[in-house]
Amino acid sequence: MEKSFVHIALFAALIAILGLIPKIDLISGVPITAQSLGIMLCGTVLGARKGALAVLLFLVLVAAGLPLLSGGRGGLGVFAGPSVGYLIGFPIAAFVAGWVVQNWQARLGIAAFAGAAVGGVALLNIIGIAGMSVILDKTLPEAALLAAPFLVGDIIKAVLAALITRAIARMRPDALLSRA
Amino acid sequence: MLTLTFPEKTWAHELSAARKLAALSLATMGLFALTTPLHLALAAFGAAALIASGGGQFARAALRPLVMLWPFVAIVAGWHLWLQEAAGAAIILRMLTAVALANFVTMTTRLSDMIAVLEWLLRPLSRLIPPARLALAIALTIRFIPVMLLRAEALALAWRARSARPARWRILPALTLSALDDAARVAEALRARGGVD
Repeated sequence: MEKSFVHIALFAALIAILGLIPKIDLISGVPITAQSLGIMLCGTVLGARKGALAVLLFLVLVAAGLPLLSGGRGGLGVFAGPSVGYLIGFPIAAFVAGWVVQNWQARLGIAAFAGAAVGGVALLNIIGIAGMSVILDKTLPEAALLAAPFLVGDIIKAVLAALITRAIARMRPDALLSRA
Repeated sequence: MLTLTFPEKTWAHELSAARKLAALSLATMGLFALTTPLHLALAAFGAAALIASGGGQFARAALRPLVMLWPFVAIVAGWHLWLQEAAGAAIILRMLTAVALANFVTMTTRLSDMIAVLEWLLRPLSRLIPPARLALAIALTIRFIPVMLLRAEALALAWRARSARPARWRILPALTLSALDDAARVAEALRARGGVD
């Protein structure tokens, strides 16, 4: 009981850290933040339910007024802005990423990449684009154009999420709750 | 860690957090009901007056998150200028006003008051998420953000001591693993102290 509870709290902190460190520019020259990588990791490492709860806890802290989103954003304003769809999509993305890792008995690296790609890239972008299309009053294809430049970075993050998940499974097999 | 609450008291700091949130919900719904640029300009003017009532420094702090929205403003403005439509002005005004009003509430409400309202709002889910457990989870997360930030910096330094190349993503497996290890230790410590209800 205590264990899964603390995992949720500490992974909420991990998502915040990944958004706060601008120093980790993942691949040189690509201006992407690691925050959505944190969302993917919540799912692939903690599993569907705990991963989604960790993301929800993170969002509660953002809504309460802590500047934890990348770029030091936070507060209620971000839920009224154009990226609200991505915030709504975060817990769903973590859940789907975790669900795939839990239920698809492929090799861990492959399952983690698939989960991160389906949940953290495809689904997250669909919900995020829907949000932009509502707030900016554009059609879905028009809003999709705005998201397109970030797609390459998203796919790199899905690869990294898979590599990190596999590295954890190798170093500490029993720590990987999604495959426990 | 700093919150987004404005440190100096304004008149709006005195109002109850629940009322401010209720008013914000109504105002945001109202904004989406307005469609003409003129009505939205009036709403934006009202929001600007609200922010200006907090004083110069308050207004400057309130404008900062709006400035971050400039890429969206630029894209929408460019798009609708190209099509020669007035609708673009309505979209931009609505977005900026909604964000400004929400930030106004965040800036004038203490973190603890906001968390109290969120806990109250989550009460219907109390069987799923017991309030005491949510409060402890919030406290743990807030406590561990600086701890893990220091850990990340230490890992990056350790990497730099041994490699000429920047660490980039290579410290992330270690950082994630350290979060898992911390979780195991904190869980043990909580259990030793009576556990989570």
